[in-house]
Amino acid sequence: MAQLTFQQEFQILKDVSLGAMSIFTSLLAIVATARLIPQDIEDRTVYTILAKPVPRFEYLLGKIAGVLLLLAISTLIMSSVFLAVLYTREQTVLHETVRQMSKAPREQVDDALRAVRASALNIDLFPGITVIYLKACLLAALTLFVSTFATTSIFTIVVMTFIYFIGHLQATAREYWLQGHSSGWITHGFLAVVALIFPDLQAFNLVDDIVAGAAISLGLFAKTAVLGIFYTTIYTLLAVFVFYGKEL
Amino acid sequence: MRVLLVLLILIVLGAIKLPMERDLAVIHRQEHFRGVEFNLDLREKLGQLGFIAALSGFRAIVADALFIQAHVAWERTEWSRVLLLFRHVTTLQPRSILFWDMAAWHMAWNASVAAMNDRAQPRLALRVKAQREYFALGKDFLERGIKNNPDRPELYETLARLYREKYKDHERASEFFAKAAALPGAPRYNRRFSAYELSYCEGREREAYDRLHQLYNESEKERLPTLITRLKFLENKLGIPQDERIPDRAP
Repeated sequence: MAQLTFQQEFQILKDVSLGAMSIFTSLLAIVATARLIPQDIEDRTVYTILAKPVPRFEYLLGKIAGVLLLLAISTLIMSSVFLAVLYTREQTVLHETVRQMSKAPREQVDDALRAVRASALNIDLFPGITVIYLKACLLAALTLFVSTFATTSIFTIVVMTFIYFIGHLQATAREYWLQGHSSGWITHGFLAVVALIFPDLQAFNLVDDIVAGAAISLGLFAKTAVLGIFYTTIYTLLAVFVFYGKEL
Repeated sequence: MRVLLVLLILIVLGAIKLPMERDLAVIHRQEHFRGVEFNLDLREKLGQLGFIAALSGFRAIVADALFIQAHVAWERTEWSRVLLLFRHVTTLQPRSILFWDMAAWHMAWNASVAAMNDRAQPRLALRVKAQREYFALGKDFLERGIKNNPDRPELYETLARLYREKYKDHERASEFFAKAAALPGAPRYNRRFSAYELSYCEGREREAYDRLHQLYNESEKERLPTLITRLKFLENKLGIPQDERIPDRAP
């Protein structure tokens, strides 16, 4: 049976690990945030807290800060495990390469070692992981916003699942709308609503290309980070606005 | 009333975020991110589940799963399936050099040899035809890979090897080795290989000689056996005066 080469092995390891990190942080962001307000209302904890001199925005900011911290810790733990596995495997492959090429000229050994290092751990993985975290923060803030007018956490999770898929299609809808490809005003209006209301989640899917070897520029990383922070702030403020009007 | 106000705020903020998103999409295209078009063609290729997974930001994982299937198909020498799966894989991950390289290798090196040794086909002409078709498939993968990754030297190098080993086209091989050598991060041997290939081209011996001679003078490390052999061959062919020739190797 043919074995995978070290490049194939590293690529699959990175794809699966980063994909798993992306799905788990997104799931954690949605599920953990969706339960916050409905559970506090159900347990009547919210009344105890808000009866004290705690403004509603502080209550919500505390909730979102807690979720963001939870997401940061979980991303950190997952990244540490992933990087440790990748580093260990890289060292094993490097030792194997040195052993197999013990009689080869120094230049060839250096080339081979460089190829191993280039396909394993690289610096571009770190901005990729940061973008995964930013996407989770955005989803957490959006979930908080949805949960301020939702009555149950199940409703919030279902709505967020739809938003997750629509968010990944938003870029396609936006381009069709702005380039005027759509025919009929109903389609045009629908695309406009999708493009204006939903966040562009595809903008945060950079890890696929990073694993494939594409380098992420500082400008691109900075703009993605700004967009992520913008969305998170806006949805949190909207959540505060809706929560102020909510009858408890 | 509050709901309407929230909707209005969302739409106004949407209008503010739109230029930011478009700007980011432009940078993505410039830097060759988001190279995948999610359309009906891809939906038909991947099936419902694969398409949904790819849409949800898991196209790399879908590509890996298909790549493993292609690997299994290769072990079973199911060449049509290997081709089909690699087309899907490279569509999903156009930035992965590894996938383009593997696809081309399977087609031009493995499937072509299998076609030539196909015992089920007694007619040599048809076996040769099948072999040439697999070469062309390999070349097509590499050319499309280069189009998606114009800044990476690896696929230029593989295409040069394809021209050298499969088509015996030394001129094109030399051209692509030179293109690879001109890109950042390319191994040093690409320059040598480009000059070697040029030395086999009728009518371009002088150019090849100049390039090989330049490499010879550049550093001791470049004075490898093949380089010296090709230089000596060209010296004889071009009738270079004895005092300008490189010294013979010590016995």
